[in-house]
This record gives sequence, structure tokens and C-alpha cells, in this order.
Amino acid sequence: MTYFPEEVVEHIFDFLSSHRDRNIVSTVCKAWYRVERLSRRIVFVGNCYAVRPGRVMARFPGMKCLSVKGKPHFADFNLVPHDWGGFALPWIEAAARGCPGLEELRLKRMVVSDESLELLARSFPNFKALVLVSCEGFTTDGLAAIATHCRGLRELDLQENEVEDHGRQWLSCFPDSCTSLESLNFACLKGEVNAGALERLVARCVNLRSLKLNRAISVESLARMLARTPHLVELGTGSFTVEHRAEAYQRLIHAFRKCKSLKSLSGFWDVAPRCLQSIYSICPNLTVLNLSYAPAIQGADLVKLIRHCFKLQKLWVLDCIRDKGLAVVASTCQELQELRVFPSDIYGTGTAAVTEEGLVAISSGCSKLNSLLYFCHQMTNAALITVAKNCPHFTRFRLCILDPGKPDPDTNQPLDEGFGAIVRSCKDLRRLSLSGLLTDKVFLYIGEYAARLEMLSIAFAGDSDKGMVYVLNGCKNLRKLEIRDSPFGDAALLENVGKYETMRSLWMSSCDVTLGGCKALAAKMPRLNVEVINDRDESDEMEENPSDMHKVEKMYVYRTLAGARNDAPEFVEIL
Amino acid sequence: MEDIKGSDGLGDTELRLGLPGTSTATRSAKRALPEGDEESHDELRRTSAAKAQVVGWPPIRSYRKNSFPARKVEAEAEAAAGLYVKVSMDGVPYLRKIDLSVYKGYKELREGLNNMFECFSLGELSRREGGSGSEYAITYEDKDGDLMLVGDVPWEMFISSCKRLRIMKGSEARGLESRQH
Repeated sequence: MTYFPEEVVEHIFDFLSSHRDRNIVSTVCKAWYRVERLSRRIVFVGNCYAVRPGRVMARFPGMKCLSVKGKPHFADFNLVPHDWGGFALPWIEAAARGCPGLEELRLKRMVVSDESLELLARSFPNFKALVLVSCEGFTTDGLAAIATHCRGLRELDLQENEVEDHGRQWLSCFPDSCTSLESLNFACLKGEVNAGALERLVARCVNLRSLKLNRAISVESLARMLARTPHLVELGTGSFTVEHRAEAYQRLIHAFRKCKSLKSLSGFWDVAPRCLQSIYSICPNLTVLNLSYAPAIQGADLVKLIRHCFKLQKLWVLDCIRDKGLAVVASTCQELQELRVFPSDIYGTGTAAVTEEGLVAISSGCSKLNSLLYFCHQMTNAALITVAKNCPHFTRFRLCILDPGKPDPDTNQPLDEGFGAIVRSCKDLRRLSLSGLLTDKVFLYIGEYAARLEMLSIAFAGDSDKGMVYVLNGCKNLRKLEIRDSPFGDAALLENVGKYETMRSLWMSSCDVTLGGCKALAAKMPRLNVEVINDRDESDEMEENPSDMHKVEKMYVYRTLAGARNDAPEFVEIL
Repeated sequence: MEDIKGSDGLGDTELRLGLPGTSTATRSAKRALPEGDEESHDELRRTSAAKAQVVGWPPIRSYRKNSFPARKVEAEAEAAAGLYVKVSMDGVPYLRKIDLSVYKGYKELREGLNNMFECFSLGELSRREGGSGSEYAITYEDKDGDLMLVGDVPWEMFISSCKRLRIMKGSEARGLESRQH
């Protein structure tokens, strides 16, 4: 291939959209490696500790967009201690030094300080987009810095972050000259913002297409903003608290009627069911609807709303929609691709809101369904087998039966056969989360059939080491494996150590792995970081040189080029 | 050391939740009754608390859990099941439970308590400030764990902050002030 001029090779590489493809072509030969690295604009780092920031900047000097992920997924459920790590600052510092042309930064599950945001704001003259997902560590002061210094900012997207409120002034920091915003999402902020400043900002940003407000924004303010943004495509409504007789409500209905481009709705935290009528005019155009933060809307009102939404592709709801409501979704939303049903009653005080029936109904109506997250009180093998038959296109299937280890209530059997049917039928399955009573058998099925599986989440499942071994030996494309409260020990951990270098990471907590097992793994595989994360309460005992027989509470293993990290807190031991 | 026994010697047999010795310790005007009393509400809450023990289960993002008015869910459960609080009376070996939500005000509450403890022939329960001739004072433990005299705050405020009731012998109630020295 050396007779192709580099420009041609580069042009060909432009057609490669996936990171994986670009990674692969860069290994073909030195010439391709060089062309690829100089032309790569979008860089994705799945584990911030897998590689040093400086190395990334050195390899890709032309980088324009950087995505970095920090904490392991189970951090979402409080399984990772608070100051485990995942700091954004080293990445921003390295980018400031090595890639000052950076335009977009996406961070997920990282600790982002105000200091990092301030550095970010000042270091990149062409900065256009900041997306923070499930991050923490910053306050509205950091946001003020972004607003003040990032001229030409197009996107500020804050999704589900823990942000400390230091006052409402940050939004006023967008200068009057700022007219470039296309997307603004501050739904996760708890505090008030300066409504006047927001309305003026929205009015002058004529290209604004996505606006997601927080709970503090009044309906009056929303109505005013909507009147100025008739081309809005995505809207997060804020609390939507309004009296249906109020003038503001009428203005709102009027404003909604003018928004002919609106395709995505979310928010609705405190909406009164009656006021949902105001959006009926938009429903026929909606492709995305997120009502999962609206516990005040009960099944009947949800159903009335959904009957208008026949173009819906993505629906997030609470389980108060009930099986009956899901049946309505099934008959109305033929285009549905993604469904998430969240529990409204977390500690299961009794009201069985959705069951296997709802899922079966959905599967028979929505044949295009490919992504599912379903929290329910019970599931049967028969239902799963039916679902597998009706929906062979699942790429993401996450089922959470609220009661850990619960069997099929009809037969009292484990759910091995049901999940087995899913993996056998859904050949493109990339992500799977298991729940309910499960034996080693389900893992046998997974190892054998889930050839494209990349991420597997296991909780309270399996009988013996064999279960984990089936998965490690079977799933060729496995990248992330996370296990909690399952009887897998050292034998399973050490059975196929080479596998872990083909994966991004392995998480095991409350399993039977011992310190000795972890040490053995670390000794055999120098290019893995084996982190033993101790619970704070136990760390005093740990000082006494714990024996190798001691069971490890939490273990996180990941491949890395960077060696042991130097920012680990006391309670993390890197073997 | 202060004597915890009531004048009829039955103080020892008084049933209370809490660590041994705490009732002795908490004889000052401001009391902090033991935490276990939270469970004087609903069976519902008790099973919820037990289920909630599994860390990180169900797998829901903290952001979602926190943004939910979880209190609303609990409050609804409470409203459905009534506002049951324990009532203890000095000198009586066992406690009772009453549903505060069935009473409209303090008058009905006193009447209800009178009826409940009538059989102990302990006389009419006192009015505010344990005035002359009264034998008992009705006190309650509020959300902060403080021991308060019933009747000072508006009824709605009272029922939302009352965690348990204690019918205290008048002599003790009056004696509280003198013990502060």
C-alpha cells in the first residue's frame, strides 16, 4: 500500500467512523499508523487509567474531540467509594499543553473540579462543546468560568451530575455577545438560575435546538422562552408546575403549538396530570419521551398521553404505567426502539407495578425494539422465551427483578432458560444485565451463544466457579464484566488470565476472590492493574497485614499501559 | 444519681426502646431519646429499611434516587396507614399505640388518651403547664428527639413532628425545671 500517497490514505480513513476500525488500520504498518494518528480527530478513552493523558496527546496532535470515562459502572450504585479516583484535571492539563485546538470534551463518571473547568475555559480558544455525564466535584462557579471564557460555545450538556450550588449568577456570565449556543442542558442543577438572563440568552441564540431546564424554572418563564424558540427540537420542561386555569398555561399551549420541530421531551417533575393536555399537540411528532422523573403522573394519564405518540422511538417511564399501560404502548408505538421502565417504589412496599405481562405485550407490539431496561417485580421463563422470539433484534437487554435471586413465580425454577432464549435468539446482543434466580447454566448458555456480547452485569447469580469460566472462555468480544454477590472465587479468576488483556475491565465485589488470588493475578499479568478496594471501616484491620486467605470485598482489574496509578487513595491497594 | 422509678415503683417495668441506661441519662430538660424509636411507625417502614440494607440494590443511579421525592413515597405510605405513634404512661407496664390522624385536635387527643388509660384509674390528664390539681402532663418526642409539652404548637405542626407520646407524672414534669440547676 506504499504506492498510495498519504493524502489518499487519509481520505480513505475519513470514511472510517468507528474507533475500533481506526485502531485496527493503525496497526497495519508504520505508514498507516502515522497517517492515522495525524488525521484522527475524535479520540475515545474508555478507561482514564488505561493510558497516560500525555501519551494520548502526543499520539494524536490533531485531536479535536476527546471522550474520557473514569469510574467503573458500578460506581453509579454507590459500590465504589467516593474518592476512588477518576480525576479530569490531568486530562485537561495534558490537552492544554498538547492539543490546544481541542473543541469538544466529553467526560463520564469523572471527578471534575472547578479548577479543571477554569483551566478548560481558558486553554482552548476554539472550544465548542462540553458534555459531562454522571460527574461530580464541581460547583456553579466552574460553570461560570465556562460561560465567561468560552467564546463561541455551542454545547453545554450536563447530564445527571452532582453539582454544588454556589449561586445563580453563573448563567449571567454568558456575555451578551454569546449567540452561538445550540444546546444547553442544566436539568441536573438543583439551584435557581437567573431567569431573566436565561430568557435573554435563549432569545439571542437563534440556533438553539436543545434546551433542558432544571426544576427551578417556572412555567411562565418556559412559555416566554418557547415563544422565542419555535425551532426547538429537544426540550426539558423543568418542573412544569402550573394551575391549568392560569394564564401562563394558556400561553404555554399556544407556544407549544408553534413548536413544530419539537421531537424530544423530558422533565415534567411536578406536573399535574391535567396539564399534560398542553403537549397533546406535539405528541404526534415526538420520537423521544422521558417521563421517568414524573412520579405524579399515574397510569391512566400516562396512557392518555401515549396514545398520541405514535412515532415514538425512545420511551422512558416509571412503572406506574403498569402492564396495561405497556399494552397501550405496544399497540400505539410501532416504531419503538428503546424502552426503559424505572421503579417508582424502590423498596418494594408491595404494589406490583409491572410484571412479565407488560414485557410480553411490548414485545408483541414493538418488533423494532432493540434496547431495554426493565425493572419489575417478577419474571417468568415463558415470558422471556416469548420475548426472545418476538424481538430478535435486541442489542441491549437489561432486566432487573427487584428481589435479588427471585425464581420464576409460576414454576419456581431459575431463569436460566429464559435468559438462554434471549442470548440464543438475539445474535447482535452487545449488552446484558441478569437478575433473578440463576444457576451456572445461564452462563453456559451465555458463553456458548452470546458471541457479540461486550458487556455483562451479574448480581446474586451462579453456583460455582464454572459459571464465570463459561463466560470468560466463551464470549469472544467481552469487554466489560462486572459481578457482585456471586460465588466466584480464585479458581475462576485465574482460569483464563490472558482474557483480561482483551477486555477493558473486570469488577468483582462481594464474591469469593481472596487477596492471594488477586496477588497471583497481578504477578502473572504485569500489564493489568489489580486494584483491591477496601471498605473504609475495614481499613484499620487491613493494616495488620491481612492473610492471603482474606476475601477481598471489592476488586477492579483493568488493562493499562500506564502502570500503577499514582493518585490512588489509601484504601485502594494496587497489587 | 437520679431515681428513675416512678413513685409506685413500676418505672423499671416501663417498656421502652433504646439502649440500657439511656433513660437514666436523659433526665434533663432537653432529652434525646434513643434512635430506635423511628421504627414506631409502620411495619411498612421496617421492611423497607431491611430491604434497603443491600448496598447498591436495586441498581438505580444515585442521581435518580436522590431526585425522587422519596419522602413523598414514604409519606404516602404513612398517610395510607395512619400516623401511629407509641404512647407510654409512667407507672404503666406496657405501651399503647394511637393513630394521630384520627384526631382533629388536642381536645380529642386528650379525650382519646383518657379513654385509653382510664383503666389505670389515674385521673384526668392535665391541661397545659401541669396546673394545680393535675396529676399528669402529656409530653411528646419530636423529630429532633427533644421532649416537648403537648399543646404549644398548632395541631398540624404537632402531628407532623410527633414521634411518640409520653404521659408523664405531673410531679416529674414540674420537677424538670428544678433539676436544671
